[in-house]
Amino acid sequence: MGFLSALPGAIALGLIWGLMAIGVYITYKVLDFADLTVDGSICTGGAVCAVLVTAGVNVWVAMLAALLAGAAAGLLTGVFHTLMGIPAILSGILTQLILWSVNLKIMGQANLSVSARTYGVVISQLEAGWAILILFGFVSVIIGLLYWFFGTELGCGIRATGNNPNMSRAQGINVGLNKIIGLMISNALVALAGALLVQYQGFADINMGRGAIVIGLAAVIIGEALVNLICRNFAVRLAGVALGGIIYYIVYQLVIELGMDTDLLKMLSALVVAIFLAIPYWKKRYFSGFHRKKAAKEPPAPPPEGGETAAQEPPAAAPLQGGQSDV
Amino acid sequence: MCEKRPMLELKGVGKTFNRGSVNEKVALKDFDLTVEEGEFLTVIGGNGAGKSTFMNVVCGTYPVDEGKIFLGGHDVTRLPEYRRAKYLGRVFQDPMMGTSPDMEIQENLALAYRRGKVRSLMPGIRKAEKEFFRTQLARLGLGLEERMTVKAGLLSGGQRQSLTLLMATLKKPDLLLLDEHTAALDPKTAAKVLAFTEEIAAENKLTTVMVTHNMADAIRCGNRLIMMQEGRIIYDVSGEEKKSLTVEDLLERFRASAGELSDRMILS
Ligand SMILES: Nc1ncnc2c1ncn2[C@@H]1O[C@H](COP(=O)(O)OP(=O)(O)OP(=O)(O)O)[C@@H](O)[C@H]1O
Ligand SMILES: [Mg+2]
Repeated sequence: MGFLSALPGAIALGLIWGLMAIGVYITYKVLDFADLTVDGSICTGGAVCAVLVTAGVNVWVAMLAALLAGAAAGLLTGVFHTLMGIPAILSGILTQLILWSVNLKIMGQANLSVSARTYGVVISQLEAGWAILILFGFVSVIIGLLYWFFGTELGCGIRATGNNPNMSRAQGINVGLNKIIGLMISNALVALAGALLVQYQGFADINMGRGAIVIGLAAVIIGEALVNLICRNFAVRLAGVALGGIIYYIVYQLVIELGMDTDLLKMLSALVVAIFLAIPYWKKRYFSGFHRKKAAKEPPAPPPEGGETAAQEPPAAAPLQGGQSDV
Repeated sequence: MCEKRPMLELKGVGKTFNRGSVNEKVALKDFDLTVEEGEFLTVIGGNGAGKSTFMNVVCGTYPVDEGKIFLGGHDVTRLPEYRRAKYLGRVFQDPMMGTSPDMEIQENLALAYRRGKVRSLMPGIRKAEKEFFRTQLARLGLGLEERMTVKAGLLSGGQRQSLTLLMATLKKPDLLLLDEHTAALDPKTAAKVLAFTEEIAAENKLTTVMVTHNMADAIRCGNRLIMMQEGRIIYDVSGEEKKSLTVEDLLERFRASAGELSDRMILS
């Protein structure tokens, strides 16, 4: 009973976090950059939106400002990484810490209420049905825009940058700049998700981004698992990620319904994500062990990449490991 | 011959790795070289002679410690790697390095076709281009023209090197750099890729620098040969003299210079 009535809320939250996860997908999957900025930038988006809306600014303008603030956060991480040579993970952590202070300054306090009864917000949990519809529109438009963008010359260059930086440089692609652009787009989307979340739940909170990366990764992983086998089209994969967010929140709701201690939920999410991140690694170990045994039985091992036989799949990117610094 | 302009010039280039540490390694020393337009230069030398370093400083993978590098008359010494790319076509030794594995064959070609151009918000690949790519791929004789939407990561090493070679020359480069691009392939595939290399270089009159460990290839291909050792050129031969070389001659040179070297080391 309780579960069914909570379902619309779970779907709406899932869509918001699905949007956030699409941002994570761009850095983690497309750019091969484990970006921890998102824990801070989701809150930045929420804070900017909350402050502007409570100051009487039009909610759409407030969301645009949140988007730009997120892009700025991505820019900062990108500069740390490319111009200052700081490893990807650390660059994100540094920005995250900077954003903690910035977010507090933006809000002026740790918690800020944006009640739908007082302010003209776009979505609210008071009307979860509407919220789902509007969020669905948001996610669809953004998937459409990203699909277009990653098909352009610039977008293809960004995909190549994440996929093979050596080749990209040899093709005249500015790898450092492309990473910055990718980080900006990603964090802009994450901040937009933050702005929507604040409206939906009716308040902004300094802790709202804690562990966001884990939820984002969980949605990405669920989405990949769902869609990968059926279709490799980029738009469909992004839709899969959004769906991943929804499934995450439905499961989350179920677990709560079953009487799980909510204090343990973050730990459980993290453990589940850890296991899923380990699967490609275990697979690789298992298969390479298999090859080693086979090779040992055969006379002199042939060169690894030789011949007309299909080359091995490129090694899966080590989980949570960003690229080298550039520029 | 004398009207030809130099396409690549290195003047007094020096490169030392890990300077000032116990691992200090002089990879290029006072390196001078001029490669003329249309020349096909083969480079041989032992392991660690500095051949790859020579390639890499031309590409801009590492900055040089001293000296100057000119490409087609432009001073590129201080240009970052991605900005030199407009002059250069490159094929790496490792077949994994030259293509983007998660992107389609045609997307890889489209990326290469835009080498040196500013990447805009125009479509990353156009219909008309696909036809052009198809005819180019057909020349490889590997049937890739029927698999243009397959991800490059699913190709074999030989197929990938052929694709990389095509990518390097799709937009005619001022200079084609090949760093042991057939070394990781089996002999039959290597011969195929090398034949295609010569064909494409001749057809476009490409200025080419090819590093190889295969001395017979080094003698047979191209019109000039240099031998490197310890970051220097120890032998430079072209024209008729090169044509009449034998593998034994080269081995003799190797031994002689290695002997000379050890004598020098003993004396010092
Ligand atoms: N990135 C690097 N860092 C430190 N030392 C390096 C680096 N690259 C090359 N060296 C050193 O510089 C010297 C020249 O190396 P280089 O790769 O140019 O040789 P090579 O002629 O290409 O040899 P091979 O035939 O084995 O490919 C070697 O002693 C090598 O150890
Ligand atoms: Mg080498």
